Amino acid sequence: MNSNGKTVVIGVIGADVHAVGNKIIEHVLTSEGFNVVNVGVMSSQEDFINAAIETNADAILVSSLYGHAELDCQGFREKCNEAGLTNILLYIGGNIVVGKQDFADVEERFKKMGFNRVYAPGVRIEEGIKDLKKDLGIV
Amino acid sequence: MIEAYLLIDFGSTYTKLTLVDVGNERIIATAKAITTVETNIMEGFNQAYQLLCEKFDRNEVKIVKKLACSSAAGGLKMITIGLVPELTVEASKRAALGAGARVLKTYSFELTNAEIQEILSSKVDIILLSGGTDGGNTKTILHNAHKIAENIKHIPIIVAGNKCCYDDIKTIFDDAGFNYVFTENVMPRLNVLNVVPVREKIREIFMKNIIKSKGMDEANNYIDGILMPTPAAVLKAGEILSLGTSKQDGIGDLIIVDIGGATTDVHSLADGYPTKAGINLKGLQEPFAKRTVEGDLGMRYSALALYEASGEKLIREYVDVPDIKEKCAYRHDHINFVPKDELDIAFDEALAKVATRLALNRHAGYLEVVYTPIGDIFNQYGKDLMEAKYLIGTGGVIVHSNNPENILKEGLYSSSEPTILKPKHPIIKIDYEYILSAMGLLAFDLPDTALNIMKKYIVEI
Repeated sequence: MNSNGKTVVIGVIGADVHAVGNKIIEHVLTSEGFNVVNVGVMSSQEDFINAAIETNADAILVSSLYGHAELDCQGFREKCNEAGLTNILLYIGGNIVVGKQDFADVEERFKKMGFNRVYAPGVRIEEGIKDLKKDLGIV
Repeated sequence: MIEAYLLIDFGSTYTKLTLVDVGNERIIATAKAITTVETNIMEGFNQAYQLLCEKFDRNEVKIVKKLACSSAAGGLKMITIGLVPELTVEASKRAALGAGARVLKTYSFELTNAEIQEILSSKVDIILLSGGTDGGNTKTILHNAHKIAENIKHIPIIVAGNKCCYDDIKTIFDDAGFNYVFTENVMPRLNVLNVVPVREKIREIFMKNIIKSKGMDEANNYIDGILMPTPAAVLKAGEILSLGTSKQDGIGDLIIVDIGGATTDVHSLADGYPTKAGINLKGLQEPFAKRTVEGDLGMRYSALALYEASGEKLIREYVDVPDIKEKCAYRHDHINFVPKDELDIAFDEALAKVATRLALNRHAGYLEVVYTPIGDIFNQYGKDLMEAKYLIGTGGVIVHSNNPENILKEGLYSSSEPTILKPKHPIIKIDYEYILSAMGLLAFDLPDTALNIMKKYIVEI
């Protein structure tokens, strides 16, 4: 696949060590032509943001599998704004909350926090990539 | 007739000569005299050379080559510019330190007019401009190139940033009639460090431009080349000693501690990967040959800064005298002071212990504990040096000490600071003949000879 010229930062936020999904996401995004910058597991908001600045990223895709994403992502959008990444796309997916919660509520809470797209558990990365291409204007 | 190399270190205080019998791989003689960079660098050299000549038979020795390194006239002064402090700013700083430079200051993000003024008044020799991964951010490095082109004309610049900006930067600097060179990006991808090309460019500019501006022209005519700044020669020696050559093995991972009057340098030659399982390596990649310089830890000029950095309590752990601050101030004011009585010697050794401890704390990597739902997880930042095989001491206070081992032991792993990854049980060696920088020079021509001499002369206590 040829490069589509877009750079995305991916990683697993917080004290979360789930590495397999992270590798799959990197693999699929790369094969779809994205320039993937992977900050890896156990990454802080600052790790994502610093990487996005240096690499001039178009989007940040946050993964979380251990249920604490809501805490880990507090203030993420505000920090992006502070760092000059004003219009950067923010996506999040995985098991982002604990327990059986209504996903519509969860989605709304994360959108309020400034995430452009929020994915429920079990959604495949291919779904996210469709949205990403649309949001970035890749045909 | 014995064929010999004359290796010269134009140091900040002393000009040191080492005469090496290259055939038999031995040191014939060494000598030193005060460096005379203010008047004529060759005065000090000639004095040292006369002293040297008294130690060998000139009819039997033929000097076939003379090589030099220099940290005279303040050493090689640089500033580095990057984008994000933890990323390209840190990467460019590491590259400059590895090239033997004194990094006066680092700058991040877009330069302001006030910062440009500060650079102009800081008398730097070289500016390193970086920022952005390849294909990454272009805005900041272009802004900074413009700012530099508008304001700074006379300082050589090395550009080692996002290569996608090079065409534009070329236009900006060409239009301004600027002295600049391009090299590979110091951080081509996120957290990937690429210091060697930058180090080479710094060395080239040092040889071409800096020698002249430091009043060392005359020395350059007499010898076959001032190849590099002194700290770069020490690092080169460490590299050869650790890794070996194409013909023979080196001795493995090692750390060099060099305590001087103004600074304490630590060089580590090691990958520094985690030595225990289940540790997550974070942050910018570390260079195999890493040098850090502590400008606030020194025996003379920086004795007061050391006092400030460590606090009186820490010094008192090693020497219990009432007038610690006064003694530090005296050393700061008398940089040529040589301790004679027991108390002064003990005090110097106490300062050296503090310098070693703090410098290693800053050089070595550390662990951060993260409490997760699946238990404690450790993140490692920097190098894990716990299993480093050798700890080598150099610098006047160590070389002349009666118990250098006790000084260097302060740089070891301590259970009171369990997260700092300092060496646990290294073999301690001392550079008694003060040959490390000379061997770094010799290694350029004759790496095997340099390696064999180091193996022979840098010995266990």
